[in-house]
Amino acid sequence: MTTADVLLVALGAVAVGSGVAVVTTRHVVRAGLWLVVALGAVAGLYLVLTAELVAWVQVLIYLGAVVVLLLFAVMLTRAPIGASPDLDRTRLPGVLVGGGAGIGLAALLIDAYRWSTVEVGSGVGAEAVGAAIFRGWVLPFELLSVLLLAALVGAIAVSRSDATAARSDATAAREGS
Amino acid sequence: MMHPVIPYVIAAVLFGLGVYGVLARRNAILLLMAVELMLNAVNLVLVTADATVTAALPHTGGVFALFVIVLAAAEVGVGLAIVLQLYRLRQTVAVDDVQLSEDEEPQPVGTAS
Repeated sequence: MTTADVLLVALGAVAVGSGVAVVTTRHVVRAGLWLVVALGAVAGLYLVLTAELVAWVQVLIYLGAVVVLLLFAVMLTRAPIGASPDLDRTRLPGVLVGGGAGIGLAALLIDAYRWSTVEVGSGVGAEAVGAAIFRGWVLPFELLSVLLLAALVGAIAVSRSDATAARSDATAAREGS
Repeated sequence: MMHPVIPYVIAAVLFGLGVYGVLARRNAILLLMAVELMLNAVNLVLVTADATVTAALPHTGGVFALFVIVLAAAEVGVGLAIVLQLYRLRQTVAVDDVQLSEDEEPQPVGTAS
């Protein structure tokens, strides 16, 4: 066990523990806050794995934007503040499929890698990642910008408040005819 | 020096947790949070592979992880718009209570255990 291994195990324990809390807690708001801990621990794992740019993008976009959006949605849907007993349905299928997926993937990867070791290079700077994007992956990068625009327009179109009115008008007209 | 099996196993466990969350949760927002866990597990695999495998194109795993993060942001934006519209129409975000067609009566499904 080297220093990197110890760090990986510690951060992984934090990530898995808070991940368990995310999927089992009875408080909706606490699930969002545990998600912050889990995603932060994964960002720490990226740092240990020398992917600095990915780690900071994870902190900016996931912790800064996605979790805030999720907490906004929790507020806007008037989730109860205290514990709510009806957050889960029957757990057995989830335990079977989720446990099967997790244990199966873990067994596959353990079988593939055993206890082999690799040398980790020094950190990968933003410059190298930028060069990789704009030399090898320009087309997906540009497509992704179009997709972001489409998602933006789609989100606005879906959440328009007059869509509800148009729908109830259509229902009323059909019932009247 | 590091053992690549450690982050891979962490990623597998996180993915299993995400699958469990998607199947067991009733609240649509908690469902989206579980999907985020799964996406993070995939990102962890990509970054680990990037750090430990010598590839023809260097840093491809990191680039793909960035792409997945952007896709997750877009997914959450559209998903939350749909969830909010669902709440506005039905006053609920429980995925069990969603009627699939307008004609059928809502049926109580999957009582909480």
